[in-house]
Order: sequence, then C-alpha cells, then structure tokens
Amino acid sequence: MRALLVALLALALVAPAAGAAEPRASLPDIEDEVMCLECGTALNVSTSPVADQEREFIGELIARGMTKDEIKAALVAEYGPRVLAEPDDSGFSLAAWIVPALASLVALGLVVALVGRWRRPAAAGPAGAGASGDGLDPADARRLDAELAAFDPGRARR
Amino acid sequence: MRPRLYWPVTLAAAALIGLLAYGVFSTGADTTLDEAVARGERVDPPLADLQVLGSNGTASLADYQGKVVLVNVWASWCAPCRDELPLLEQTHRRLSRQGGTVLGIDVKENSGAALDAVAEFGLSYPNLRDPDGSYVREFGQTGYPETYVLDRQGRVAAVRRFPVTREWLDRTLPPLLEERV
Repeated sequence: MRALLVALLALALVAPAAGAAEPRASLPDIEDEVMCLECGTALNVSTSPVADQEREFIGELIARGMTKDEIKAALVAEYGPRVLAEPDDSGFSLAAWIVPALASLVALGLVVALVGRWRRPAAAGPAGAGASGDGLDPADARRLDAELAAFDPGRARR
Repeated sequence: MRPRLYWPVTLAAAALIGLLAYGVFSTGADTTLDEAVARGERVDPPLADLQVLGSNGTASLADYQGKVVLVNVWASWCAPCRDELPLLEQTHRRLSRQGGTVLGIDVKENSGAALDAVAEFGLSYPNLRDPDGSYVREFGQTGYPETYVLDRQGRVAAVRRFPVTREWLDRTLPPLLEERV
C-alpha cells in the first residue's frame, strides 16, 4: 500500500512536468499572435472570411496534435512571414521596432531634463534668489520695477 | 521655446511627419498601370517566381510569353471570385485552342483550401500562389477578384478591377488573340 502511494505521488509530480514541456496548443493562445492577412488586424479581433479560413487551418493543425511553435512555423510556410503579428525586421517595418525605442529614449531624456530643472530652484533655495528675494537677478529686478512704475505711477511713490 | 530645444524638437517633429507620410504613401494603391492602360499603352508586368499551386515548382508570367494570358487574382474565401470561376474555366478552354490561357494567382490562403476550390470547380488552368499578396500588390491590386490580360509579348493590355463579364471578355480577348508576335 505504501509503495502504491509513493508511486502515485511520483506520478503526480512527474505528469505536470511532462505536460509543461509540450503544452497543448489552443486557438485562443495562437490567435492573438497571428494576423488576418487581408484585414491587417490580429486574428482574434477579425471576423472576415480570410480570418475564418486561417482559424480553420489552425484548428486542423491543432487537431493533428502540433505544438504552438510548429503551428506558427506551418503558418509561415503557407502564408509567409507576414502572417505573424510580430513586425518584419527589415524595410519600412523596421520603423515598428525603432520608433518606440527612440520615443522611449526621448521621453526618458525629457523626464531626466525636466526633473533636473524642477529640482534646481528648490535645491538652490534662497541663495538662488536675487537681491530682491523673488528669484530675479538684481538687473532684472531693477528693470521690472522701472517698467511697472511706468504703468503704475503710484507704485513709484510706495 | 528656448533656442537650445528649438532645433531638436523641430527636427524630431519633421522626422515623425516624414515617417507618417512615407507610411501612408507606401501603402496606398498604385494606379500607374490603370492610367497607362487607359491611355492605350502596353505595360511590362512585374515578374517574380511564384510557387505553382499543388507542386513544389515555380513559374512566372515570363514563362507564358507568346500566349495571350488572362491573369486572374482570386481566393476561395472571396465569394465574387468563386462566382466567376466557371466563366473563367470556359474561357480557358476557348483560349487554349487559340494560343492563350487563363492563369490564376491564388492570394492569401493556404494551398489546401485553394486546391479544394480547384477540385470543386474543375479548374483545368494553371494556378500560382502569392501567399501574402505582395506580388499582386505590384499590379496596384485593390480588391478581389482582379484580372489582367497580357498580350503575346507578355505586356499588360487590359485591367479589370472587379469580376469579369462575358461581354468584357468577348470585347477584350479577340483583338489580342489576332495579334502575332
């Protein structure tokens, strides 16, 4: 009895590992990685006849017991590399890889620059302020006073 | 805007606009062929080796020089394409007696589905495969079905961007069949 329990326990541990090595393909798992060639959208959001035919083809391959990778390879063999949702890494499609990377770098640079600017006045504190105490240098403060006085004579008296 | 930021931002915006413009224009339909044929010109078609449907061999339009070729772009998932297949088969039988042929280019479908349609409609003319549609796009293809007629010198003499009719075939093919290389 004890030996039987050990054997069952061993089987329970080994069976999931064996299953994980060769996961069974499913249509929902593949659909979002495959394009409807005519509509230019992922298969899982397409209802066109082309998409229906592609789904039927995938269904046949699943029924034959093929893995997800094997099915994707078969799709490329039948329809060409454009059938996969991953963009090409050549020609104009290269932009799909480069533009997001560049945009991310530019956004990161902007964030770093802006954070640096925001932190500078705070870090500088009162020492960064001009003689007027309002952050202006003395020359600008004098010019501001003069121009305000020109519009508001009362200010000059105060 | 500070001068230090003005040029980088302007250049980045210009590059982005340029990229978008290129994307829009490079994916739009090319009407060069239609305009040339409308002017009565004959145009050399794009040439590429395509897989022959149902075999591992390849063929191109150049292999059919000397014949009048009715190139039909189709797919079995396209209902109007299926509707015209019987007329195309009849036309092929007529053409084959006069030095011509129908040549199908099956687009964006797996070969099994295409072969099923060939068997279902009893098509006896050859078919090539353009799995992702990149080849027919060079003809300025915009939909399904489309038909291009090549003269005996292999030049495009007529274009039909929608289903063929018997009347159009009767008007288009005889003058081309009478031409000699």
